Amino acid sequence: MTDPIAGRAGGPSLRQRRQRAAFWFLAPMLFALLCVAAWPLARTIWFSLTNTTLSNLYGGEWIGFDNYLSMRTLSSGRVVWRGTLVDPAWWNAVWNTVRFSLISVGFETVLGLIVALVLNAEFRGRALVRAAILIPWAIPTIVSAKMWAWMLNDQFGILNDILLRLGLIGEKIAWTASTETAMTAVLIVDIWKTTPFMALLILAGLQMVPRDIYEAARIDGVHPVRVFFRVTLPLIKPALMVAVIFRMLDALRIFDLIYVLTPNSAATKTMSVISRENMIDFDKFAYGAAQSTLLFAIIAVFVSAYIWLGRVDLGGEGSK
Amino acid sequence: MGIFSRDALRPVALAALLGAVALPAMADELFYVAGGVGKQAEHFKELVKPWEERTGHTVTLVPMPQSSSDQFAQYRLWLAAGTEDVDLYQTDVIWAPQLSEYFVDLSQAAKDIVGEHFPSVIESQTTEGKLVALPLYTDAPALYYRKDLLEKYGRDVPKTWAELTETAKLIQEGERTAGQGDLWGFVWQGNAYEGLTCNALEWVKSFGGGQIVEPDGTVSINNPQAVAALELAASWIGTISPRGVLAHKEEEARGVWQTGNAVFMRNWPYAFALSAGEDSAVKGKFDVAPLPAGTAEVGSAATLGGWNVAVSKFSTKQEAAIDLALYLASAEAQKRRALLDGNLPTVVALYDDPEIAEAVPLIPRWKEVFANAVPRPSGPTRSKYNEVSSKFWSAVHDTLSGNGTAAENLELLELDLTDLQGSGW
Repeated sequence: MTDPIAGRAGGPSLRQRRQRAAFWFLAPMLFALLCVAAWPLARTIWFSLTNTTLSNLYGGEWIGFDNYLSMRTLSSGRVVWRGTLVDPAWWNAVWNTVRFSLISVGFETVLGLIVALVLNAEFRGRALVRAAILIPWAIPTIVSAKMWAWMLNDQFGILNDILLRLGLIGEKIAWTASTETAMTAVLIVDIWKTTPFMALLILAGLQMVPRDIYEAARIDGVHPVRVFFRVTLPLIKPALMVAVIFRMLDALRIFDLIYVLTPNSAATKTMSVISRENMIDFDKFAYGAAQSTLLFAIIAVFVSAYIWLGRVDLGGEGSK
Repeated sequence: MGIFSRDALRPVALAALLGAVALPAMADELFYVAGGVGKQAEHFKELVKPWEERTGHTVTLVPMPQSSSDQFAQYRLWLAAGTEDVDLYQTDVIWAPQLSEYFVDLSQAAKDIVGEHFPSVIESQTTEGKLVALPLYTDAPALYYRKDLLEKYGRDVPKTWAELTETAKLIQEGERTAGQGDLWGFVWQGNAYEGLTCNALEWVKSFGGGQIVEPDGTVSINNPQAVAALELAASWIGTISPRGVLAHKEEEARGVWQTGNAVFMRNWPYAFALSAGEDSAVKGKFDVAPLPAGTAEVGSAATLGGWNVAVSKFSTKQEAAIDLALYLASAEAQKRRALLDGNLPTVVALYDDPEIAEAVPLIPRWKEVFANAVPRPSGPTRSKYNEVSSKFWSAVHDTLSGNGTAAENLELLELDLTDLQGSGW
């Protein structure tokens, strides 16, 4: 970009002035982010290095990394390791969260793509359907979780009733109570709730694809499936990548749905649930803060890996 | 311009006028947080009405979720933040040692009335000489049973858990063949929360398996009697109790029972009045008995429950709040609560009250059960009680879900609790 009045003698150049103006326009936002994101994060990390309890928030003493990992030698000479990093409950929660995130985001991407493709087609009443499909996303999670809890209830739930009447199940299933089905129940509700969000983001990507490419493909007589994989998918890939990372970030910190829908059992406890439990219920604030910090670190690793992998892929394509 | 000019006087006059309007009432608006089951929230207005009329103050109820574990978490957050928005907290019987530092010492204010209450209840609310909360009602669970069904099958009210298992199975099978496909033998509270600790403590204690952590602080849970108790309970899942019982709290269990779909239910006395209500399918068809025993020698055990009222030390209206706490714990209010919600009074004299005996026949019969109630180990484990309870209910929930045997889970639990205990509770 050339600067029309650059080089004028005296005073800062226009670009410099623009940059300065831009900084001042951004400053309030940066300040707000510093207050609501950076400061709490720094504070959480600091708490995780102390022995703070909820009843004594300001009296914590520095204990280094003991909340993460510490070694103690008992009087009998036995060496024991303590801390979050050797806590099986924590690793179980990590595994639950990662499993939940991968499965739910996987399903949501595929289903969201299908829904978006349907909504991208021209048909009557499309506007209405587009609005209607967003309803699950618009309902607050607590409300939809409670709603589903009643629908999934083993004794009075409508879902068991329908399945029984259709003869698909022999006896009532305790969806949220059994350890085998609890995670499935959570996944069903989460996929129901967030597929519309995925669909909406992908639809935005689809609408950016120029129509003439499809016309050219049609004239050349390319099979629609081939068109999808060779034309549509590569073109919406950036939008798809953004949608997936949004959902992934969201899924890794899942709390409300699991807290409301399922009993507080090891089968569904996620990182956020276990960290809250330690902070509030058990009065081990610092220990919970350590788990929150690890949760942050895990999310950061996921995001960096994802962006890095995405870049590599995009670069490969550009060099073709 | 003199200071007595009309313009300057106007705000002063206005303030005086406002003061004159506000002064005679001196009405405080108090905020009272409480969780509740059944119709307690609905009845609250009616309960505090005499006090409001007498003092001119008003009370607003801030409702909480039914799970006491959720309530505790919210209270802890509010209290740690030193909120002034809440004046009175309704507290579970086990919370006094954990939250005592946030509440006003009521021993002076209540010195004239503590003598009317059961000494054990007052003792449970006293930590290091400080009376943390005043009792509202006490709780000891009951075995609800269907009179009509027991009569139909010629069975007695079960005296032991083994008898209950057998009777429940018999009636459930019989009724199901007769077309009652939704009927279950026994419903209780199996969700992974404080309620499961209460249920499981009753099984373990009544089998002679101790009370998780003994009053002297020793971890006693890993023993053959406790294993036997949990094994029996695990055998109920999917046979006489629906698998969904693993997600049931009090109200879900009552839902199954009150729609006529259970032979037995373990629940607190509040369910009595509701089960006898007009819209109940079991109205006139049920009765209550003490919980069964594990073995005949040990006898039955009932977990001591109950709720209390504490005054926040952050409240700016402490005088009115203490007065309300005294009223809510008084014999007058406890009688109303007994009549409205069927809650067990802590005022000893009310157990002989003819009006209560007439309206809620369960109450006079419960004096005995209450006298033998088992406390949860919140005393010896102090601030670690929540974690102890959580580890206990998790081990029980795992066993009931078939995730490890009772023996394996209790052995692990013993290890965890000993680790948690460290050099002392």
